[in-house]
Amino acid sequence: MTAIIDIRTPLDESEVVEVVRDANAAKTPLRIIGHGSKSALGRFAPQECGLTTRALAGVTLYEPEELVISARTGTPLREIVDLLDGNGQQLAFEPIDYAPLFGGAQRDDTIGGVIAVNASGPRRIKAGAARDHVLGFRCVTGRGDIVKSGGRVMKNVTGYDLSKLVTGSFGTLAVLTEITLKVLPKAETEWTVLVRGLDDEESLLILRRAGATPYEVASLAVAPHNGMHAAALRLEGPEISVVKRRDDLIAHFADSAARIEILEESDSRIFWAALRDATPVVGEEGQVWRVSVAPTDGFAFVQSIKRASAPILAHFYDWAGGLIWLRLETAPDAHADMIRDAVDRLGGHATLIRASDEVRSRVDVFHPQPTALSALTRRVKESFDPAHILERGRMRAEF
Amino acid sequence: MALKMPAPEKAILSRREELIERLRAILPAASVIADETGRRAYDCDALTMYRALPLVVALPETVEQVQAIMALAQEMSVKIVPRGAGTSLSGGALPLEDGILLGMSKFNRILEIDYENRCARVQPGVQNLAISKAVERSGFYYAPDPSSQIACSIGGNVAENAGGVHCLKYGLTTNNILGLELVLMGGERLRLGGKHLDSELYDLLGLLTGSEGLLGMITEVTVRILQKPMTARGLLLGFPTVEAGARCVGAIIARGIIPGGMEMMDNATIRAVERFQPCGYPLEAGSLVIVELDGTPTEVDHLVEAVEAIACAEGAVMTKTSQSEEERLRFWAGRKNAFPAVSCIGPDYLCMDGTIPRARLPEVLSRMDALAKACGLRVANVFHAGDGNLHPLILYDASKQGDVERAERLGADILRLCVAVGGVLTGEHGVGVEKRDLMSEMFNDDDLAQQQRLKCAFDPQHRLNPGKVFPTLHRCAELGMMHVVGGKTPFADLPRF
Repeated sequence: MTAIIDIRTPLDESEVVEVVRDANAAKTPLRIIGHGSKSALGRFAPQECGLTTRALAGVTLYEPEELVISARTGTPLREIVDLLDGNGQQLAFEPIDYAPLFGGAQRDDTIGGVIAVNASGPRRIKAGAARDHVLGFRCVTGRGDIVKSGGRVMKNVTGYDLSKLVTGSFGTLAVLTEITLKVLPKAETEWTVLVRGLDDEESLLILRRAGATPYEVASLAVAPHNGMHAAALRLEGPEISVVKRRDDLIAHFADSAARIEILEESDSRIFWAALRDATPVVGEEGQVWRVSVAPTDGFAFVQSIKRASAPILAHFYDWAGGLIWLRLETAPDAHADMIRDAVDRLGGHATLIRASDEVRSRVDVFHPQPTALSALTRRVKESFDPAHILERGRMRAEF
Repeated sequence: MALKMPAPEKAILSRREELIERLRAILPAASVIADETGRRAYDCDALTMYRALPLVVALPETVEQVQAIMALAQEMSVKIVPRGAGTSLSGGALPLEDGILLGMSKFNRILEIDYENRCARVQPGVQNLAISKAVERSGFYYAPDPSSQIACSIGGNVAENAGGVHCLKYGLTTNNILGLELVLMGGERLRLGGKHLDSELYDLLGLLTGSEGLLGMITEVTVRILQKPMTARGLLLGFPTVEAGARCVGAIIARGIIPGGMEMMDNATIRAVERFQPCGYPLEAGSLVIVELDGTPTEVDHLVEAVEAIACAEGAVMTKTSQSEEERLRFWAGRKNAFPAVSCIGPDYLCMDGTIPRARLPEVLSRMDALAKACGLRVANVFHAGDGNLHPLILYDASKQGDVERAERLGADILRLCVAVGGVLTGEHGVGVEKRDLMSEMFNDDDLAQQQRLKCAFDPQHRLNPGKVFPTLHRCAELGMMHVVGGKTPFADLPRF
C-alpha cells in the first residue's frame, strides 16, 4: 500500500460535506477509510488524500423489540455485535472478517466498511446478504450533498431503494455516515451435521439432498474439517427442534456410505466462523478468488478450471455450492482469463480478493460487464459523483 | 380531482395516427388497441378514483417487440406507462393521455423451474399465485403473498416491491428475486443477476425492485422458491385494548420468536369481519392478534406454547390455537376478508399504507381517531403487526358531496402522522400518484434530487411513467448542475403538480 499523505478526520456529517466539497474544488480524489481493514480489497488505485470515518462513531438507536439498530458508520463492528449479543440478537448476515485473509491480527472493521462491501456469510442461503438487512442510511454523495434514504421500519417502499445501491458500492457513490439495520434474534443453539468420506461431487449432492428436505438447514458447505473435505449442514433454532432435525437428517442419510459426525454448539460456531472468514483458503502464498455461480454450477466451475490446469492450492464451497473460494499459485495475470471464461460459460461473477498491488492495478478485480450494463453502471456512478472524486479507480479503471 | 398530472403534450397528440401506424408495424393488429371502447378498459388500475384514457394500448408478446416499442417511443419522444395486471393501489399504472400504455399481460409463461437451484424464471405477466401453484406439488412456494396475489403479476410485484403477510420472516419481493431482464428506454436489453446469490458492482437489481416502472420495462424475472414449511399453526389472541395487543406483539419478538405471520385488527374491523363472515373472532375484544408459526412440527409446538404463555402474561382475554389445517385457514379467513367486510359497513373506503415503529402504535391510533372524528369520518384498522405496516381503512361515501376530498385529506394527515413518529408513507403499496405529493414530508429536496438523478441515468428524457413518485419534474440537465446553497429550494419557480 502506498501511504496516503493527507487523511482528514471529519467529526460530523457537515465536516464530511466540507471535505468532499474541498476535494471537488481541488479535483483531488478521496479514499474513504474506516479502520482500514479492507484497504487491500478492490482495485489498486492509490490516492494522496483520504477521509476516515473513525470519528463518526456510536450507536444512535437500538430498539431490540423493533429489531432495529442505527449506528454512525465509523462504529466498530465489534461494538455492535457485543451490544446485540447482550440482547440475544445478531446481524443475521454474518459479515466476513477479512483480517485472516489480509494478515490482520484480530477483527478491526467498522459497520460502514461492512456495508460498503456487502459482506455476507454462510447464512446467506437462508437469512440473506448484508443488502437484505439495510433499512436506511444517511450519506454525503460525491457531489457533497447530504442525502438520506429508506427509514427505520421493516417495511418501506417509499422512493427508490438506494440502500441496495450503496451496499457493496465500495464507497464509490457516497460517504456513508449512518446506517440503519434490521437485526434478528440469535438462535437458541446451533449444531452441524458433517457427512464425511465423500469426494467433492458426492458431497455437493449431499448438500442438494439436504436442501431439498424440509429441515430448514441454515448453511450448506463443502469444506475441510480435520484435513478432509466434508459436507456440512448447519441447523439452528430452539434446542428441542435442532435435536429432532439432526436426528431426521441423520436418518435421511443413513443409506449413504458416508460417515456422519456431529459438531455440537461451540464446535459448530467455530466451524462456521472459520468458513465465514474464508480461513480454509488463507495460506501464506497464492492469490485468492471468490466466485459466485448458481449452486449446481459450483462443481462444474471447479472442474472446468482444473481441466485448464489451474494450480489450485486450496478451495471450498459455501452457499449450497454456489460460492467458491479459491487460492491459486501466484501468476502475473492471476489466472483471470481462465477463471472468467469458466464463469462466463455458466453465469455469475468472479472477484479477485487477494493479489499484489501491482496485479490488482492491471487485472480487473471485479468481473467485466457487457457494454450496455457497463455504460449504465457508469451513469449511475456519475449520478452520485460526477467528477469521480470518491474512491476513483477502486472498482473500475474508468471511474 | 385534486391530482394534477403533467399536461398532455400537443406535439405527441398530433402524431397519434403516425404512432399507431408504426406500432401496427411492430405488433399484430389485435395487439394495438386504438379505439376508445378498447382503451377504456385500461383507464385506471386499482386506485379507481383516478382515471385517464391512454393515447393507445400496446400489448407486446416478445422481448423484441418491447425493444422496438421502447425504441420507437424514444425516437418519437412519446411517453410510456407500464402495466402488469393493473392491481396497483397507488396509481402506478394510471395511464397518460399522451402516453402508450404498455401492457405486459401476454408475457404469461413460466419459462423454467429449477428446483435444484431453488428458483424459477418467469415472464413478468405471470400471476404471483401461479408461481406457487406451479411448484406446490414438489413442496415449494414463492414467499411474497400480497393480498391481490390471485390477480397481480410478478412484473408488477417487482415494480412495486410487493409485500404480504409473511414479510417479517420471509422478506419482500426484493429479498426473493435473483435476476431480472429489462429493456431501457431506447430499446437496450440488459440482464441483472441470474441464478447466483449475490451481485457485484452496483446492485441494480435492488434498485429496479420498487422503482415503480420509472427505470425500465421488466421482461423476465428469476424468483427464489422456498421449501414449504412442514407444518403451520395459527393462534387467535384477543386483548382488551389495542395497547395490550401491541405489547404482546413486542413481547413475542423480544423473546426471539419471528412468526411466519403476525396480524392485528381493531374492534371496528373485528365487528365488520364477524358480520361479513363469522369465523370465531371475539366481538368484545379491543384488538385481535393472529399469529402463525411455521416450521417443523416439534419446533412449531414448542413455539405455540411459548406464544400462548406470553399472550396470557400480557392479559389476553381469549387464546385459541388451531388444531387442524381447516381451523388454521378459518382463522385467516376473516383477515383475508377484512377489506370486503369493511366495505359492507361503509359504501366506500380508502386504504392507507403507512409503516410506523410498532411501539408508537397506541399513540398513532388515538391521534388517528381524533383526526377522523374532526372531519366526521370513521376509520377501521388492519395492521401487519410484526413489521409495523398499518392499513387504516377510511370509510366514506363517494355519493356525498365533499366526502372523497375529506377522505383524501384525512389519508394525507394520517400519513404525515406516520412520518412524524419515525415511520414512512408506504410500506408496500408504492407511492405512485397517490402519495406523490406527500414525498416531501419524508424527503428534502436534496434527497429527491438524488433519486431523480438516478432516473436520469436510466431515462434522461423522462419518457417512462412520468408524473409518478416525484412531486416535481426536473430536467436532467438542471439536476446535473443543481447545487443547493443555504437550504434554498432549487427551482422554486418550477411547477409542482
